[in-house]
Amino acid sequence: MATDAPASPVLEVRGMEVAYGAIQAVQGIDLTVGAGELVCLIGANGAGKTTTLNAIAGLLPLAGGEIRFLGEPVHSLPAHKRLRRGIALVPEGRGIFTRLTVEENLRMGAYTRPDKQEVEAGLARVYAMLPRIRERLTQVAGTLSGGEQQMLAIGRALLSHPKLLLLDEPSMGLAPLVVEKIFEVIQTVASEGVTVLLVEQNAHLALEFARRGYVMESGRITLAGSGADLLADPKVRAAYLGE
Amino acid sequence: MDILLQQIVNGLVVGSVYALIALGYTMVYGILGLINFAHGEVLMIGALTALQTLGVLERIAPDLGPLAQLAIALGVAVPVCMTLGFLMERLAYRRLRNAPRLAPLITAIGVSFLLQTVAMILWGRNYHTFPQLIPTTPLEPVSGVFITPVQITIVVVSALMMAGLLVLVNRTRLGRAMRATAENHRVASLMGVDVNAIIGATFVIGAGLAAVAGVMFASNYGIAHYAMGFLPGLKAFTAAVLGGIGNLGGAMLGGIVLGLVESLGAGYIEHLSFGFLNSSYQDIFAFIILGLVLIFRPTGLLGERVSDRA
Repeated sequence: MATDAPASPVLEVRGMEVAYGAIQAVQGIDLTVGAGELVCLIGANGAGKTTTLNAIAGLLPLAGGEIRFLGEPVHSLPAHKRLRRGIALVPEGRGIFTRLTVEENLRMGAYTRPDKQEVEAGLARVYAMLPRIRERLTQVAGTLSGGEQQMLAIGRALLSHPKLLLLDEPSMGLAPLVVEKIFEVIQTVASEGVTVLLVEQNAHLALEFARRGYVMESGRITLAGSGADLLADPKVRAAYLGE
Repeated sequence: MDILLQQIVNGLVVGSVYALIALGYTMVYGILGLINFAHGEVLMIGALTALQTLGVLERIAPDLGPLAQLAIALGVAVPVCMTLGFLMERLAYRRLRNAPRLAPLITAIGVSFLLQTVAMILWGRNYHTFPQLIPTTPLEPVSGVFITPVQITIVVVSALMMAGLLVLVNRTRLGRAMRATAENHRVASLMGVDVNAIIGATFVIGAGLAAVAGVMFASNYGIAHYAMGFLPGLKAFTAAVLGGIGNLGGAMLGGIVLGLVESLGAGYIEHLSFGFLNSSYQDIFAFIILGLVLIFRPTGLLGERVSDRA
């Protein structure tokens, strides 16, 4: 397994365990994401991928292990403080504020940014990247299509100026053409230097885009390697690519 | 005709007080799904704190004008009630945030009893005369309708406070965070919002409105006592449900409508009941409304979404 662990990790997860009552959903995983990397985490439904992201973002407490972000332990911080450190999560199901307008959603993304000029510049950048969002600023966000909501969720997360962007199933429930667009946006974001950890059920797509990948099964990481290696791995092909 | 106009004016006055109190119920419900049944007691603590302050002022600064006295009384009562609202959430409700919904409800009733008892210990069981700092003698009647300066003050102050609240909720960063938190605590925290602080702020703002309502209520009727919060609290809750609980505009509308119904009902109850009931039965209208709304339109006048919380 060629993991070629990055020299300057943004995120280091060591022996992380997460439990829901008696059920241990994540059973001691190690995971590293280096600066500027796009890393994906794939696996079947119920493997613990969403739990892993939620725990990294601070929505769930750890039952064991540690999370280091830019070298500092963050696993005892609440979610809102981790966001301030630079960890942003686009949650499963997008987490749009459906009763707020599109612009208000974006401004919630910039909630922690005190510098008004920086916020306006960030908004301009998001509008340039997502022109469809710009056309709908005054609309109530619940009226957007699924794809637009996903775009909005990503744009909103970017406005917090994250150093690490966690994306949970951005392709979920979307038409193939829309998924393609979303992945273009993700690649643009990554190419601008934002470190990305992506959870996907669409393993083929994720491995094509990602530099490295982890495979998760029943709460454990069972495989790790470069995107190309994993794509070629017979076990991955059999289990996740339907071959 | 004169009676009709007169009762409409009276209804608007009492309705704007209900509206101010109803906002506190509806804000807390919107963000926590909790009916804070102790909210009426905040009004009572506000009125009695103001009364206490006025008593002290009379001794240390007897030459103060009535408006200055009132301003100082409010200046003490509002922060006291805000602190009370903050502590209520922090000490009683926060630890029950994820408990089954009956637990915080019962706790709220418990907090209500606790506050009434504390007030009874501090201020006794008697009715206190609340100084009439704003004149309660009617002005020259306009087309046969009598209105007092204190009534005008109540309507104006309520309108200003409600307008201020709408600006706060709809136009500021704090208001946006409150609305976001009301919709989804988890996602709000992912935006960097300190959800506990926002919930605390919601209680504090609601309690501040209740304190003002309490002082105006006591000024209007000229009395204050330890149980005075119960009935207006329950009626304001009715108003919040009538308007659609969780909806700010609904609380305001519900308060005004309830005030009008109650006042008109009191004016005509003798005719309606063929002389069997008199106007001291006016309180039944609030509860008839509550019953009807809960049966026929549980989402209230302006509430469109059916909530499964609380």
